[in-house]
Amino acid sequence: MNHLPQAWGRPRDDIYGHYDPSHLQTAGPNAHTQQPIVTGTSVLAVKFKDGIVIAADNLASYGSLARFTHVHRLRPFNDRALVGFGGDISDMQYLDRLLNSLDVNENYGSPGHVLNAQNLHTYLSKVMYKRRSDMNPLWNSMLVVGLDGDDKPFLSSVDLLGTTFSSPTLATGFGGHLAQPLLRKLADDESQVKDVTREKAVAAVQECMKVLFYRDARSLDSYSIAVITKEGGVELKEDEQLEGQSWAFADTIRGYGTQVN
Amino acid sequence: MFRNNYDNDAVTFSPQGRIFQVEYASEAVKQGSVVVGIASKTHTVLVALKRNAEELSSYQKKIIGIDEHFGLALAGLASDARVLSNFMKRQALASKMTYGRPIPIERIVERIGDRAQTSTQVYTKRPYGVGLLVAGVDETGPHLFEFQPSGMTQEMVACAIGARSQMARTYLERHLDKFADSSRDELIKHGLLALKESLSQDKELTVDNASLGVTGVAKDGKRKIETFKLYDGPEIGPLLEAALETSEAAPAAEGGESMEVDT
Repeated sequence: MNHLPQAWGRPRDDIYGHYDPSHLQTAGPNAHTQQPIVTGTSVLAVKFKDGIVIAADNLASYGSLARFTHVHRLRPFNDRALVGFGGDISDMQYLDRLLNSLDVNENYGSPGHVLNAQNLHTYLSKVMYKRRSDMNPLWNSMLVVGLDGDDKPFLSSVDLLGTTFSSPTLATGFGGHLAQPLLRKLADDESQVKDVTREKAVAAVQECMKVLFYRDARSLDSYSIAVITKEGGVELKEDEQLEGQSWAFADTIRGYGTQVN
Repeated sequence: MFRNNYDNDAVTFSPQGRIFQVEYASEAVKQGSVVVGIASKTHTVLVALKRNAEELSSYQKKIIGIDEHFGLALAGLASDARVLSNFMKRQALASKMTYGRPIPIERIVERIGDRAQTSTQVYTKRPYGVGLLVAGVDETGPHLFEFQPSGMTQEMVACAIGARSQMARTYLERHLDKFADSSRDELIKHGLLALKESLSQDKELTVDNASLGVTGVAKDGKRKIETFKLYDGPEIGPLLEAALETSEAAPAAEGGESMEVDT
């Protein structure tokens, strides 16, 4: 046995050769996130006359592999705000912890002052923009929903660049292409929101989740949906199943997938 | 030469359990000219008596607007108040930038309280030699807070600090039950009259030595608040006239006030 303590626990030089100390070097280029790894797909949200509906499926994909099927991507912040996450799941978990500690800090001391959805959205956009400016972005695109300072429905998006956008209907990821045009039939601009009922909004979102499951290869038929109103607060259901699917159209499609002919 | 052995720094207790440096700092507050603050259900008012160091100099600023929704009045070392008010301005701005929210009054007062307390616990520091009245409006309504060099802060309905402030406090205690439902104008009047009580015999309130700041909740407008408004110099003239007129017209204290409420 080698009596020199420096060598203990190391591969023996006489067998493996001299250990290359350059592996221990900490200097060198700092690697930041270049791409998301485990990802969530679309998040959809619609404003209706006295609240907001938001939905996202429960899938976390590892590339094209449907790796985790019980991942909840709608995260309530408090009883008047909720964030829906698309993009990298580990960054979502980081942001979730960040928002959790923010909420805890906000609730120290006397009550009465709560961060509303608009405050939360402003904060998140600063966090995202800070990280992109460090060349180390959090790889997410999020929808922030809830009630603003006047208890009016609030819906806005923020992405990995810190870009913000607001509209009566919003969808991230693939949903931006597939669901957004369908949702706009419901409310094209802010003035039409007053005619949208809760039932209509929920039905439209569920229909869009179905369309996305048909056409988005990174989606799942189990999903979460939340309705936020002044009266009811955040009503979140996390294990919903898509209903009334019809794959009849798929029968005639040829040319991809696992078909032999 | 020394008053005692226990006042060389702010971290040593005397055997009687006192911290003399903190007590001396409180004395500095009592040497500053008087400031008065009152809060109603809808408004807060800060009133201050300004002093000039000599006949040829200008009057020392006593009320500082921090943000759109709140301001402060100081008694004691004005330069210490400037350090604290700059800190408060930065904090208020940071809250607007990161959350898009005007900072709650209680939060900002808590922060200067914490800051002042640390300087009573660190050998190399000294306490701030200034007392503040912080008044403003946030989403929970109008608030008035008192701040002392010890780091003590508390919410008040009405408060007066500074030289000869006991007389102003007596006035405030006598009229305490009227403040909650006072209108903006009535509250200003009470503030000025409380300030007047604390004046020495040969002094009078003038446009030069009186200063006043008001905030309140508004029915509409930006974020439903009445922006912090500082009345200084000629602007305060009409307010002084209105307040002093009524008090002189009805010198009998009780009768005068019941008439005020009616109008």
